[in-house]
Amino acid sequence: MDRRTTIKWMLAASASVTSLKEPAWGAGPPAPLTTAYVPTTKGYGTDPKLLQVYRSGGLWPLTFTPEQRRTATALSDFIIPADATSPSASQAGIVDFLDEWISAPYETQRQDRKTVLDGFKWLVDESMKRFGKCFASLNEAQQRAICDDICYVPEAKLQFEKAAKFFARYRDLTAGGFYTTPAGRKDLQYVGNTPLPSFEGPPIEVLKRVGLA
Amino acid sequence: MPFITSAIAEKNQYDVIVVGSGAGGGQMAYALTMEGARVLMLEAGRKYDPVTETPMFQTPEQAPLREAGTSDKRFGFFDATVDGGWEVPGEPYVQTRADAAGRFDWWRARMLGGRTNHWARIALRNGPYDFKPYSRDGLGFDWPISYEEMAPYYDKVELLIGVYGTNDGLENTPDSSPGCLLPPPKPLVSDLLIAQRARKLGVPVIAGHRAVLTQQLNWKTSPARLHPGNPTAQKLIAADMQRRAACFWATPCGRGCSIRANYQSPTVHLPPALASGQLDILTDAMVHEVTLGKDGRARGVRFVDKRTAKQRDVTARAVVLAASACESVRILLNSKSAQFPNGLANSSGKLGKYLMDTVGSSLVGQIPLLESLPPHNEDGAGGGHMYSPWWLYKEQLTGKLGFARGYHIEFGGGRGMPSLGTAAGLEWLTGGSYGAKFKEDARRYYGSFVGFSGRGQMIPNEDSYCETDPVVQDQWGIPVLRFHWKWSAHETRQAAHMQKTFAEIIEAMGGRVRGHVETDGAKAIAPGGRIIHEVGGAIMGADPKKSVTNKWCQTWDVKNLFLADGAPFPSNADKNPTLTIMANAWRVADRILERMRRKEL
Repeated sequence: MDRRTTIKWMLAASASVTSLKEPAWGAGPPAPLTTAYVPTTKGYGTDPKLLQVYRSGGLWPLTFTPEQRRTATALSDFIIPADATSPSASQAGIVDFLDEWISAPYETQRQDRKTVLDGFKWLVDESMKRFGKCFASLNEAQQRAICDDICYVPEAKLQFEKAAKFFARYRDLTAGGFYTTPAGRKDLQYVGNTPLPSFEGPPIEVLKRVGLA
Repeated sequence: MPFITSAIAEKNQYDVIVVGSGAGGGQMAYALTMEGARVLMLEAGRKYDPVTETPMFQTPEQAPLREAGTSDKRFGFFDATVDGGWEVPGEPYVQTRADAAGRFDWWRARMLGGRTNHWARIALRNGPYDFKPYSRDGLGFDWPISYEEMAPYYDKVELLIGVYGTNDGLENTPDSSPGCLLPPPKPLVSDLLIAQRARKLGVPVIAGHRAVLTQQLNWKTSPARLHPGNPTAQKLIAADMQRRAACFWATPCGRGCSIRANYQSPTVHLPPALASGQLDILTDAMVHEVTLGKDGRARGVRFVDKRTAKQRDVTARAVVLAASACESVRILLNSKSAQFPNGLANSSGKLGKYLMDTVGSSLVGQIPLLESLPPHNEDGAGGGHMYSPWWLYKEQLTGKLGFARGYHIEFGGGRGMPSLGTAAGLEWLTGGSYGAKFKEDARRYYGSFVGFSGRGQMIPNEDSYCETDPVVQDQWGIPVLRFHWKWSAHETRQAAHMQKTFAEIIEAMGGRVRGHVETDGAKAIAPGGRIIHEVGGAIMGADPKKSVTNKWCQTWDVKNLFLADGAPFPSNADKNPTLTIMANAWRVADRILERMRRKEL
């Protein structure tokens, strides 16, 4: 797949999340001996309309219950809160994106559906166990107490290992959703996708910073 | 009436039938029609118009799943490929092994223009060594032609489609004739840093060669160089060159280009060919057989009209297969008759043999020097501005490396449009941050990654080939291909060398490798077919017993049957094959025209 802007895809496919943009090789189950296209029920097909604007819920039915939406909102905003530069994840519509994602009929998303819904259940149970309230009703210190146990897979205790993997995936999906919105692009100060009369390369102050001028 | 129906195609008289509309078929049809031949082009996929269908400025949140790749759209929602991928609806194939080391994944794009719609536009010439690899190191096969014979056609293709790059005078990395190349785009800051540090390690870094117009084509002088003595063709191509816009430094090339600033067959080869009035195109035509006349010559081809599911026959004085290496082989293998029980043009028994892909391996690094840089536009030309050609020819020839053939390095970084993966997988850098700290980390690391992809030469071997499966058929009842695949130590050691080199460059940049450096070449190498550079299967040669075609890609067994895709390649240089497919197709077209003028066809 060269072709292609391989480098862009490679950069996009993070080390721990192999399936966000491009299927990884080497890992996973061996391919079947007869390689046949299996139509994904209710997918958008191999020749979708590319110029149409798609909305969450427009292609396949969504999943989140009101309670799951509350958990999703609280956890997404815990990961990406509003600050002086940009809104919070939920303000940028990321809960709708997450619902679209875990409701999609494709293989990666079906796996994420289980990861996310099991993770929500764990989070609510753990919140009740520790503080007698669901996660969305906890104050920030209480949320922090739980998330500190699961926010970093390499250091998570054995009993939190599965929850930590859920948190890592959920953070990747939340960030993936957020930084692909206008608000997220503005936050990162992305300034492209606009026609230019000429391409001038890096400004002198950039070269100076890197020691190339 | 350029796009026609099968009923009309059946009635018409043609000089040449061209099967396939990608790099080989597009170039073949262009070269033939501009010189007056009447051509019917058959394409298995649908009609596709990049000018009206390309999602140029669409942003990820406008797509389902933020543009993520799925089984329906492997390279992302906005990728130009429709009805294509490693799996195609209704068109299975068989792999004899399922593991990563022994499988071959077959990419197809069923659409007008095929893979030229989404390719990376990397347009490198094969060098002199690449045409005579056996003579140099005793492995593989020589081409029955030399670089010098191909060079004029590389010049012509570059002038026609528009390729940026520079002439650097490096070993086995040929210079173009004056005026052929367009100026390269200015390097990104990551390019400049890679160049500075890699050069200290002895790795050259030069301007990339890509089929993107960094300025308008030279429509005043190029037409006469392309079509000497043919004012009609000159006028047609001069007019079309003026209709193609130069790159406006935005939007990814892989989506295609509605302003026709990069090369794809439907925006570059086909419009002038259609304007000549000599080209008819029939889409949704799944060719599966070359039909034979009583005189042992090809009569034409048989295909399934996908709109009616009916079989049709069309005829011409000559047939050119450019359906992609494996599909062309499949058509020949399925063209069985009493005279050719093992498939057409297969008296050598070599049909399907010596299938090759490119050796591929990748590594990503994070570079502190590139963190938190002042915002600036790095969209550029929508692909690599620089690259590293292979540099260890002498060490290799003396046997110091443990593998016989080289690779080039494609690399890139920068503050491109944020995607799903931009702020994903940062744990190894952030220690698992969340909240305000996570947002700071995302800003800090955005644009600080550089990726390296090696693209290396595979030596043809007896264990990598395709044949027809005795049982499995596609949805039209056409027997499908069955693939056998094996890498040799030349390839796996090369992949391990790539990993080591990339890690050294990343370290020399003061960076950190993401993941781990894979020293086991068998694990570092991408499975067969994954780089989508498959060539071979009907190799050209000087000996009818050892090859399928002669040096003109004319089959030894059927005199009016030619190949114009990657199938006749006797070797697969590290250089991406597309430019060579086009140059070779033009060379073959000139031969066909010459023989037609002499009434030999």
